[in-house]
Amino acid sequence: MSEHIAPLKLYFYVFFSLLVLTLLTWRIAYVDLGKWNTVVMLIIAACKATLVGTFFMHLRWSAAVVRLVLFAALFWLAIMITLTIGDFFSRGTVQPWQASTVVSQSIIPAGKR
Amino acid sequence: MIASRRKYKLHNSQTAVYEQFDDRTQQHEASSLGMWIFLGTEIMFFGAVFTAYTVYRNLYTTAFEAGSHLLNTQIGAINTAVLIGSSLTMALAVHAAQTGRRKQLMAYIVSTMCLGSVFLFIKFVLEWMHEYHDGLAPGLHWTYAGPQSSHVAMFFCFYFILTGIHATHMIVGEGIMIVLLYMAWKGRFSGERYNPIEMFGLYWHFVDIVWIFLFPLLYLLGAHF
Repeated sequence: MSEHIAPLKLYFYVFFSLLVLTLLTWRIAYVDLGKWNTVVMLIIAACKATLVGTFFMHLRWSAAVVRLVLFAALFWLAIMITLTIGDFFSRGTVQPWQASTVVSQSIIPAGKR
Repeated sequence: MIASRRKYKLHNSQTAVYEQFDDRTQQHEASSLGMWIFLGTEIMFFGAVFTAYTVYRNLYTTAFEAGSHLLNTQIGAINTAVLIGSSLTMALAVHAAQTGRRKQLMAYIVSTMCLGSVFLFIKFVLEWMHEYHDGLAPGLHWTYAGPQSSHVAMFFCFYFILTGIHATHMIVGEGIMIVLLYMAWKGRFSGERYNPIEMFGLYWHFVDIVWIFLFPLLYLLGAHF
């Protein structure tokens, strides 16, 4: 069914769930969980986004091809983030005091530096 | 000729199927598919800035937490609730359009516009102007004297760019809603013809989802100090 008319009650349930999750993520932010703060907040944000997408954006009742577009976009987004981060944090950084060593070990001939 | 046929189609709600489509279901799926492909490009658009944010946040973790600590999480939480409320009224507007209730549709579009304006007002007056006066606007007025000042400035660059493009999307949405409100007032929508309302609803909910991620990533990052 592509033109499903959802019961009004459902929208209000989703709305209140979103408000509760907002309150939850806001209060949890004040508890120090170390690195897990970000993980918990992103999980809650993903839950909220799923609620909005599934019910407000009618993905629950939409055609498979429409969902495919969404998953394709998210997949490409994952590629962009994963490869960028993988590249950035696997290269290592050159500290100022290491600069001369890096230059002396470089493959560029000394005369052309 | 084409213009007059278009007009006829628009006003005859019983046969509200454009000639290139077999039936309403196919027309509706085509509209949804097109809108979602557009939203896919929007995901990549915001995704690029989110990726850059992730990289810099990992490079300058403490500076980003210090910058985030300067934002008011209470205002951020209230704005999140306001935006979720506007998403609810938008969903109700689509419902009213589907069931062919013109007055309700107009009322819900107006309430969505009002809640969107409240969000933008809070954003401009209570946040951006406040941050500008506090010297937290890199490039315009930057007086932050704490440690790693330039890295904190980087956080505020992301803050202004991300909330800025988000607010731009909302202003565009407000403009589209004026047009939709006019069309609804003219009686262009009915229980058989409401695709523009539903497609705009997708856009508005998408903007809401972007904010759902912005709120923890910008405001809540440094809350636990």
